[in-house]
Amino acid sequence: MTPTSVAGATTARADGPLKLAVPRGTLFDSTLAVLDRAGLDTDGLRSDSRSMIFDGSGVTLVTMRPSDVPTYVEAGAADLGITGKDVLLEQSDRVVYELLDLGYGECRMVLAGREGDERLGEAERRLGTMRIATKYPRIAERYFEQTGRQVEVIEVKGSVELAPLIGLADGIVDLVATGRTLAENQLEVREEIARCTARLVANRVAHKLLAVEVDDLTARLRTAAER
Amino acid sequence: MIHPIPPGTRDILPDEMRELRELERKLLEAFTGFGYGEVGTPTIEYDEVLARGDGRTAGSAYRFFDERGDLLALRSDMTIPIARLVAGRYGGTEPPFRLCYISRAYRAVRPQRGQMREFTQAGVELIGPQAPEGTAEVVEVLQAALDAVGLGRAVIGLGDADLYRQALAELGIEGDARDSLLEKLAKHDLVGLQEELELAEGIGDEQRATLVSLSQLRGGSEVLEQARSIGGAAVERAIARLQGTFDELQRRGAAERVQIDLGLLRDLGYYSGAILEIYDPAVGHVIGGGGRYDQLLSRFGRDLPAAGFSLYLERVHVAQAEEERVDKGQTGEGA
Repeated sequence: MTPTSVAGATTARADGPLKLAVPRGTLFDSTLAVLDRAGLDTDGLRSDSRSMIFDGSGVTLVTMRPSDVPTYVEAGAADLGITGKDVLLEQSDRVVYELLDLGYGECRMVLAGREGDERLGEAERRLGTMRIATKYPRIAERYFEQTGRQVEVIEVKGSVELAPLIGLADGIVDLVATGRTLAENQLEVREEIARCTARLVANRVAHKLLAVEVDDLTARLRTAAER
Repeated sequence: MIHPIPPGTRDILPDEMRELRELERKLLEAFTGFGYGEVGTPTIEYDEVLARGDGRTAGSAYRFFDERGDLLALRSDMTIPIARLVAGRYGGTEPPFRLCYISRAYRAVRPQRGQMREFTQAGVELIGPQAPEGTAEVVEVLQAALDAVGLGRAVIGLGDADLYRQALAELGIEGDARDSLLEKLAKHDLVGLQEELELAEGIGDEQRATLVSLSQLRGGSEVLEQARSIGGAAVERAIARLQGTFDELQRRGAAERVQIDLGLLRDLGYYSGAILEIYDPAVGHVIGGGGRYDQLLSRFGRDLPAAGFSLYLERVHVAQAEEERVDKGQTGEGA
C-alpha cells in the first residue's frame, strides 16, 4: 500500500475521521503494536515514507515529536494523541483530557547525582541551593518547590548527563528507562520523582462533540493495551 | 520603531474591528429581543468586592493601588460585577432582572489563538427566576445568539455543578481529598482520578468505577437513563435537576442542540446546579460557558436565584471564520 496524504487533514477541524497524534521516537514501536491490536492500519507508518499523515483505516494517523502532541491536541488540530506522562507533566498547563494509561514505555523521572559523591547534599547545606541540569525545567522546579528545597534549575537541550561530570551542575533531573546511561556516566539515582508511561489524551471539544467515536477508539485502545 | 504592548493584549485594526462590531450588533440584537437590557460596569473594581463573589478563583491578573492606597483589580468576568450591581442599584425593585453586556474582562491565561489576557465577553444574566424555568430561558437566549452569529452547528453542554461534590460527600470524602478529586475531574485527568480513588479510604472497586464512568456519560437524554442505573442519592438528585431542565427545554423547543454531560465541571467557584459549556465543531476551544449561581447574589446582600452565560467574542469570531471555510468546502490545500 502506498501511503498518501489524506485530504482535509490539514484543516483545523473539518468533518471526517478522528485524527490521532502518534509519537515518533522511543514510544513509536510500542505505539504501532498497540494500534495494530486495536485494528488500525499502520502499514503507512511502518513504511519509510517521509509523509506525516496516514490513513489508518477509519482514523487519520499523524506522526510528530512526543513533546508536540499536547500542543496539537489542545488546539484541536488532532482529536486524540498518545504521548508520555513526562511530556504531560512538563506541559501541565496544556488543557488536554487524559483518558487512559496505556502502560507501555515505562520509565522513571529521577534526581541523579555522581556516584559516591556528596556534592548534591553539600551544595544544599553549605551554599543553600543546588544546581540542577535538566530537560524538564518545570517538573524539576515543581518537585523541589514541593519538597521545600531551593535549587537553580539549568535547562539544557542535549545530553544532560554531561552537566554534573564537568561541573555545570551538582545533579540532574532526567527520565530513566534502564539506568544504563546513568551508570555509564558514573551517575546514580538519588530520588524518584514520578513514574511515567504512555498516555492517551483527547481534545476537550472532540471529547464532547465526537463522543461516540472517541469512546469507541478509547475502548479499543484500552483492550489492546491490556493484552 | 515598534513599542511593545503587554503580553496577552493586542491592537485591533479596521478589518477585524468591523467584523467584531458586526458580531456584537447581532448578539446584542438577540439579547434585547428577549427583553434583556444592556448594562456597563467599571473595568476596575475594589479587589475586596470581587473576592466577595468568588474568593477562590476571582483572583485578578491585574491588581494595583489607587492614589488613596485602596487595592483595585481589573474584573475577570461580568457576573460578579452584575451581581454587585443588582444587589446595590435595584434594592427596592422586584425581580426578575434581565441584563446583558458586551464588555472586556481580564485573566492571567497563557495567550493563544482566540484566548488573550484581555478579552471580550458577550452574555446575559437572568436574576430572579428559579431552576428549571430560569435556566431554560437562558439556554433559549443562548441558542438564539448562536444562530444569530451563524454558529448553527454549535453545541451547548449541560451538566450539574453539585453532582460530584454531593456524590463524594455521600462516600464520606471531604476536605482536601475531595478538592483534589474535584480538580482531577475538572481537568478530566482520568488516570490521576483512578489513582487517587485507589488511595482514598472507604471507596470500593465498584464505587470507583461508578465515579469514573459517570464522568464519561455525555449525549442525549438517554444519558440520564444510563446515569439512573448507576444509582446513589446524589446522582438521583442531580439527574432529577437535569431532567427538569431538559424537560423545560423540550417544552420550549430549545433542547435540540443541548448535550447532557455528566462530566462537566466549571472552575469558577460560584456555580451551583446547572452549568453550561459551549462548543463549535470547527474549533478546538470552548467558546463560552455559564450556569446557575443561586448563592452568589446573597453574598452581596440580596438572596436571589440567578443564571447566565457568556460567550468569548474573539473565539466566536474564530469559530465563525472557520465555519465559513467549512461551508465553502475549503481544505488546507485551498480548494
